[in-house]
Amino acid sequence: MSKLTLKTEGDTHVVVIRRFAAPPEAVYRAHIEPALLQKWLLGPPGWSMPVCVNEARPGGKIRYEWSNGEGAGFYLTGEYVELAPFSRIVHVERMHMPDPTPDNRVETSFAPDGSGTLMTMRMTLPDAATRTAMLSTGMETGMEASYARLDSMS
Amino acid sequence: MTNLDAAFSALADPTRRGILARLALGEATVMELVEPFEMTQPAISRHLKVLEGAGLIVRRVEGTKRPCRLAPSAVTEIDQWLAMLRRALEANYGRLDDVLATMTTEEVKGRS
Repeated sequence: MSKLTLKTEGDTHVVVIRRFAAPPEAVYRAHIEPALLQKWLLGPPGWSMPVCVNEARPGGKIRYEWSNGEGAGFYLTGEYVELAPFSRIVHVERMHMPDPTPDNRVETSFAPDGSGTLMTMRMTLPDAATRTAMLSTGMETGMEASYARLDSMS
Repeated sequence: MTNLDAAFSALADPTRRGILARLALGEATVMELVEPFEMTQPAISRHLKVLEGAGLIVRRVEGTKRPCRLAPSAVTEIDQWLAMLRRALEANYGRLDDVLATMTTEEVKGRS
């Protein structure tokens, strides 16, 4: 039930599908309320989100800052395009590493599915090369091996 | 600081990703890369130049050879972003399941 689907669509899209046991209202709220976001949108083990700005209205700003508690960190900024409670969110986001990554336009929909919710997150990257780069690196077995090695080095 | 644009465009090519995957197993010379990729030495050298320019690999001089290896800092930088998508997604949603379970419980309590 909790299996995540991650697939590409066309040249520039990435689609993530996940089912949740809770109704759309709860899943939607968990995507825009800072107190809830800070409990789950955390990334790698040991990381936290000390800063969570989320202005849930069209044009509203998004700013998430993550920290590993040992001086390393990165942040994401974005803007809301459209919000339809409790069914759809459209926003644009970019990571800062600290150089900004290309803009990623994200449409997230929350559809009732029995007593739960089927969430579909559709990302649109500026071009095929950016998307390929985003997806390919982590998928290469060899690269995974190198990550594992880097992890053990750090 | 690695130029992310250069790194991403370098990674867009399947041969270059293959070279990186090979280098993840250890250092290799141009000649050692020519055979598995069935390409000419100049072609492999061109790919290595792009990867080096993007800061993804580093090369050292050993006599007449210039063995290549992954540049750990470059991989770490890109990995920080990619890991958010590839590895942490399921972990995040696992945590979201827990948050949602708490919310549902609280709502039920609130209504009773």
